[in-house]
Amino acid sequence: MNQAITLKGTSQVAIRVQTNKSGKIKVRKLDKSRMWTRVLIYSLIAITVYAFVTMNFGTMTLEVALPTFFANLQRIFLQPRLSHRVEWAALIDQLTITLGLAVLGTLIGAVVSFFFALLAARNLSHPKVSQTVRAIMSFIRAIPAILWVLIFALAMGLGSEAAVVGIVFQGIAFLTKAYSETIEEIDHGVIEALKASGATWWQIVFQAVLPSCLTALISWSFLRLETNFGHAVAVGAAAGAGGIGFQLMLSGNMQMDMHEVGVIVYLLLGVSVVFELVSMKLREKLLVKS
Amino acid sequence: MATDIFKKRRIHMVLFFAVFTGLYVFFSQQLNFNSATAFTQIPSGFAWLGANFWPNYTTTAPEFLLNIIRVLLRTVIIAVASTTTASAFALIAAVFGSNKTGIHWTIKYIVRIIAMVFRNIPLIAWALILLFSFRQNEFTGFLALFFGTFGYLTRSFTEIIDESGDGVIEALKSTGATYFQIVFQGVFPMISSQLVSWVLFMIESNIRESALVGMLTGTGIGQMFNFFFSGFRYPMAGMVLLFIIITVIGLEMLSNKIRRLLL
Amino acid sequence: MLQLQQVSKTYDNGKTALQDISFKVSKGDFVSIIGPSGAGKSTLLRTINQMIPVSDGQILFHEDDVTRANRKKLRTVRRRMGMIFQHYNLVTRMTAVENVLHGRLGYKSTISGVMGRYTEEEKKKAFELLGQVGLEEFVYTRCDQLSGGQKQRVGIARALMQEPELILCDEPIASLDPKSSKVVMDYLKSIAKDMGITCLVNLHQVDVAMDYSDRIIGVSGGKVLFDGPPSELTPEILSEIYKSEDLLV
Repeated sequence: MNQAITLKGTSQVAIRVQTNKSGKIKVRKLDKSRMWTRVLIYSLIAITVYAFVTMNFGTMTLEVALPTFFANLQRIFLQPRLSHRVEWAALIDQLTITLGLAVLGTLIGAVVSFFFALLAARNLSHPKVSQTVRAIMSFIRAIPAILWVLIFALAMGLGSEAAVVGIVFQGIAFLTKAYSETIEEIDHGVIEALKASGATWWQIVFQAVLPSCLTALISWSFLRLETNFGHAVAVGAAAGAGGIGFQLMLSGNMQMDMHEVGVIVYLLLGVSVVFELVSMKLREKLLVKS
Repeated sequence: MATDIFKKRRIHMVLFFAVFTGLYVFFSQQLNFNSATAFTQIPSGFAWLGANFWPNYTTTAPEFLLNIIRVLLRTVIIAVASTTTASAFALIAAVFGSNKTGIHWTIKYIVRIIAMVFRNIPLIAWALILLFSFRQNEFTGFLALFFGTFGYLTRSFTEIIDESGDGVIEALKSTGATYFQIVFQGVFPMISSQLVSWVLFMIESNIRESALVGMLTGTGIGQMFNFFFSGFRYPMAGMVLLFIIITVIGLEMLSNKIRRLLL
Repeated sequence: MLQLQQVSKTYDNGKTALQDISFKVSKGDFVSIIGPSGAGKSTLLRTINQMIPVSDGQILFHEDDVTRANRKKLRTVRRRMGMIFQHYNLVTRMTAVENVLHGRLGYKSTISGVMGRYTEEEKKKAFELLGQVGLEEFVYTRCDQLSGGQKQRVGIARALMQEPELILCDEPIASLDPKSSKVVMDYLKSIAKDMGITCLVNLHQVDVAMDYSDRIIGVSGGKVLFDGPPSELTPEILSEIYKSEDLLV
């Protein structure tokens, strides 16, 4: 139990010092935050240990798998080259398709999300509307992007439309949240001033809201473009919607040509890195502004 | 002056809409993307979904539901394990990669480049690469999630340390504390709640990604969905989807609650 | 006990922060360093415990040249110099007493410091120091729940925990209201007077410096323009020190 011993300060006021069971003085206090952090970390470690103990390794043995893995990595990263089956021009076309899926998905997603964000932002919308939109968004977010694509591919027929719509759906959920938080950060005075001058809701949106947070919105959209690019690759591979992801499947799963996979991986890496660098620059610009 | 700002702003807006429309038209043509079809078919898509995916009497058999729960639980466990392991490695990497706690600039750059490569190779590519060597099993799924998460969290953790460490690092350094004392007594306590928040976010996101990874690695909920979906047993696929939605929303609510507790 | 000899500092970007600074400080002195912002006060203080390395010159602490100390030597030098900051620089998510105990890290092995293990004597001392700065009721309070003045007192207790011979204070009251400022300055003064610990304080409030100091050093443009007791600090010298700031205003 916690005992209390007293030490005398020079100011003559007693200090209540707590000790633990073995009589040692306590210096930590297990407040709510620290206790829950600890509970959480221990639970995560426990789950991880359990996962490793019960992990299903199938027919794989590490002695065989690791050497082939490193050999493959070597082929992919150190000896990338195309086989006679694939031409550069065709590969670039496929990359354009994947890029197109990602860009269209982001553009459409951005427009739709902007309007949803207006409805979700607490400073522009009615509380009930805002809550409803948020609930719908968390429902949409819960469905993985790849499943959206698979479902729409079946419902609409396989084509770029299904892929784009699938990508858009997951993106909307993310962007609506990000956009509405950005809109909520707008200086309250700006909106109030326009309201006072008799501006309509739409005038406020296009004269105050959109101009003052356009850079932030673009920055978020770019972040989403990074994610959407990954989804667009996956869509090609797993849903057979074409593009570089499909080629990745062909070269890898069918032809087992790791050198060719290497070329594709480098292409994907290049595009993603460019996206990331642009989005980093955009965020820096934002930080300077605020 | 005032008119200049408005003019500049108008030019910005016009430029923005021009770029926007240009990109849209260009890629629509490249992809044969028909905007009208895409938008008008969304309602019919949902109608189809409602008609075919609606769970029916075949999908409410207790064994079937228990099986979904078992597989889903397994998927959650693997996703949590993968995220936790990746966070541990990412934390170590971030300490050496941060501007505030990095030891030497060469190590800093090596860490940053490795993290950048790891997070920018799409998940699907990781899954494929790993599949060739590790075959179809849980461990492959674990690894596929691990690499991307490691890269992503290393960047986030590095930024957190860069932003919040400053004063405390200086203060502890001035007491004569050693490097590891500063990291453990100063930096980690300062950033712990932000770290946990990111880990929770990645767990949520990885559980969603498990669907994709599982399809390729033939494990977990992704494989189960794929099995029913490609076998045209849509009501069952619908039931699996419903359970995924419930799980993800449930976990999101749980981690929001945990975040509030940790403040 | 502390002697600066022709200390200069030029940053990598070519900006000169300190030029040829020399002065001596003895045990128990309360010395204020005043000057306009950007004069190099902060850099000057940080060269003394080598948070910022000097470009030229010597800094003697007792007999040791701080500027040439190796890592191990530097550790023993730093733990004999406490430091207090404008923004307190506490680990806000830890209790007050844990923050005070951080003052012992310089004396501990890496591993017991990492684990946060302290001896019973150290803990008792930490509680007593919190009592001395009037924070008896807040020993187990998390530092993000303390007021600015209370945080700075925790900072003072942390510095005292090092059993220092010298305390470097970088704008200790710049973020505080007048009442807390007085409390903090009174503590610093009594540390110098009653405990014989030398205090070197950066201040931008000249009136406070006049009230509390045994000696004032006026710095402007990285150079010492004045060094003497407060009584000798004339309005002419003051306007000379703050000349550049007047021009800016």
